Amino acid sequence: MEYKFDLEKNEVLLKEFKAFLSEIKKNNGALMPALQKAQELFNYLPKEVLKLISDELNIPLAEIYGVATFYSQFSFIPKGENQINVCLGTACYVKGAQSILEEFEKELGIKQGETTSDLKFSIGQARCLGDCSKAPVVMINSDIFPLVKKKDVKKILDNYR
Amino acid sequence: MDRDRLLNIRNEKKPEIVEKLIRDDVVEIRAERVVLKGDYYKNQLRIALRNCDIINPFDIEEYIAFDGYFALYKALNDLSQREVVDIMKNSLLRGRGGAGFPTGKKWEEAFSFDADQKYIICNADEGDPGAFMDRSILEKDPHSVLEGMAIGGYAIGANKGFIYVRAEYPQAVKTLRHAIAQAKENGLLGEDIFGMGFNFDIELRLGSGAFVCGEGTALIESIEGHRGMPRPKLQRTAHVGLWGKPTIINNVETFANVAPIILNGAEWFRSIGTEKSPGTKVFSLVGKIENAGLVEVPMGTKLRDIVFDIGGGCQNNKEYKAVQTGGPSGGCIPKEYLDVSVDFESLDSIGSIMGSGGMVVMDENTCMIDIAKYFLEFSVDESCGKCIPCREGTRRMYEILELITEGKAEMNDLEELEKLSHVVSNTSLCGLGQTAPNPVVTTLKYYKDEYLAHIVDKKCPAKSCKALITYTISDRCIGCSICKKNCPVDAIDGELKKKYSIDNEKCIKCGSCYEVCPVKPVKAVEIY
Ligand SMILES: Cc1cc2nc3c(=O)[nH]c(=O)nc-3n(C[C@H](O)[C@H](O)[C@H](O)COP(=O)(O)O)c2cc1C
Ligand code: FES
Repeated sequence: MEYKFDLEKNEVLLKEFKAFLSEIKKNNGALMPALQKAQELFNYLPKEVLKLISDELNIPLAEIYGVATFYSQFSFIPKGENQINVCLGTACYVKGAQSILEEFEKELGIKQGETTSDLKFSIGQARCLGDCSKAPVVMINSDIFPLVKKKDVKKILDNYR
Repeated sequence: MDRDRLLNIRNEKKPEIVEKLIRDDVVEIRAERVVLKGDYYKNQLRIALRNCDIINPFDIEEYIAFDGYFALYKALNDLSQREVVDIMKNSLLRGRGGAGFPTGKKWEEAFSFDADQKYIICNADEGDPGAFMDRSILEKDPHSVLEGMAIGGYAIGANKGFIYVRAEYPQAVKTLRHAIAQAKENGLLGEDIFGMGFNFDIELRLGSGAFVCGEGTALIESIEGHRGMPRPKLQRTAHVGLWGKPTIINNVETFANVAPIILNGAEWFRSIGTEKSPGTKVFSLVGKIENAGLVEVPMGTKLRDIVFDIGGGCQNNKEYKAVQTGGPSGGCIPKEYLDVSVDFESLDSIGSIMGSGGMVVMDENTCMIDIAKYFLEFSVDESCGKCIPCREGTRRMYEILELITEGKAEMNDLEELEKLSHVVSNTSLCGLGQTAPNPVVTTLKYYKDEYLAHIVDKKCPAKSCKALITYTISDRCIGCSICKKNCPVDAIDGELKKKYSIDNEKCIKCGSCYEVCPVKPVKAVEIY
């Protein structure tokens, strides 16, 4: 699916982002914080924003692309309004997290790494959310759901629909 | 801030806090120390976790009440840089991030190397899935890490520190931000700390979801704004590190041990634990265990005591099969070795590693080949791609394990797997590749018969590999039809009050029927 970045709609956010860039510009190693901020503000890394970073920080676009593709937190398609992260860390895995992930995929009709067409949900996986004693764990946005069972999935999603 | 104020805060606050905690039945006094109450904590000795769940992490005065920042004061006021380094060396504290390198020795390298700028980095990337020790310390006692870093900064002559926190820990980031600001307000970080001319500032840097960035040189690359790929180790980071300057990287738990060592001395620390691995270690005891949680015990404690006495054994009275330590770089420890002493050397000697402290317990229903495959998949995913043995080798190993769990492997695949393990560990650039085969090597060593069952008999003894099991319904069936209603692919047929049956052609082995079968005490749905 094609996603178009709407410059007009994002005007306020872009302004905030530009201000952030000029603030960190002089710091050593400003690229990572810049990408992190962009991901946070726009929910993904639009081409237009990457170009802006390139101009402001004076780093070639190719290099930025190289860095951005290396880290799994950055995405090139918009993440959903609600980001579901199913933990597949060891503790969760041995307690059946794989089937929880499959249940979310079934419920929403998308695979992990994808976003629903109404941009409402996206599914991702995490490598341990640090709540292993309550495995299996699911995080939606920043809400943590401990000890999740397959049959809870629908109910959990209803909170966000 | 000065010594009198530290003392005042401690004298005033501590009795108040302790009285309240005792009233709330949270703590008790044991050997003059305030410790958490309850069976789970009875056999623990908490040094790195000393304040966790006792103090309010958002109130710096509560940290000071429990001797916080007294060690920093002592270092700046009473000790020379050399003396701090010597205390750390004599304590024999070994890095808690995985490799167990002596911390004092590392500090000495940076201390005695002249440079106009040095850095100290706290590695809070905690990538080992199944481990959450560092997260707990950051969220529950952030100042213990800040104080440890400041003491380290003083010792080596650095005035700038970074904490590299993984993005998956937003709460830790929040707590740290708050703690750093509070420490600055109180003159415990920033310019002229305690009015003694020492400047030290700490900045937070966030990870972005790459396990390999926990490796020291990859972490440095990431802070500099590059792809987080490890550097060849031509120079020590203690000499040439962040932006080419001498840099010390230590783990969160390592830093949390620093203040108690400075306050109580190296002798005290060495009196705990074993001769070569002094002190305590925090473990995150998780998986199929009755009492999951964080455990801090002296090094040298028997694995059995951790899993059974503190952890209460496996859940639902299932039989213990293995404990996996050290995450993707570690190995599985079988029943025969439950009496192993948990310290760096002993775990190495049986093919596993201490690692950062993850302990995932597995029971009879865990398939060891599936677990090896799980970790290999992790390594395949997280390999940065810089060196070929790791990038390609781990993938080939994963493919073989996939064949085995699908029942499609032959005996020569097993030989190939062993050969590959050897090559990948011996020729990879960084610790990730060098240790990635460990889960395979240890499961091959201790659970060879399980591999053989998959390859020769095409059976999964743990009844976990989908391709190798079949579901059937036995004569115990009461004909309630619940399984039929829950089957997602209509593979179950039958009449009410009569025995139902499963069509194995249609069955996708999702296990729904087994889960819902109400027959007791033994379910009517059986797995072969
Ligand atoms: C692939 C890989 C991942 C690592 N991840 C971590 C980590 O998440 N946290 C950590 O403290 N050390 C990690 N380490 C170990 C570090 O390289 C380094 O040894 C450690 O941070 C040094 O601190 P210490 O001496 O206090 O243990 C990792 C090493 C490798 C090879
Ligand atoms: S393994 Fe899922 S929270 Fe740690």
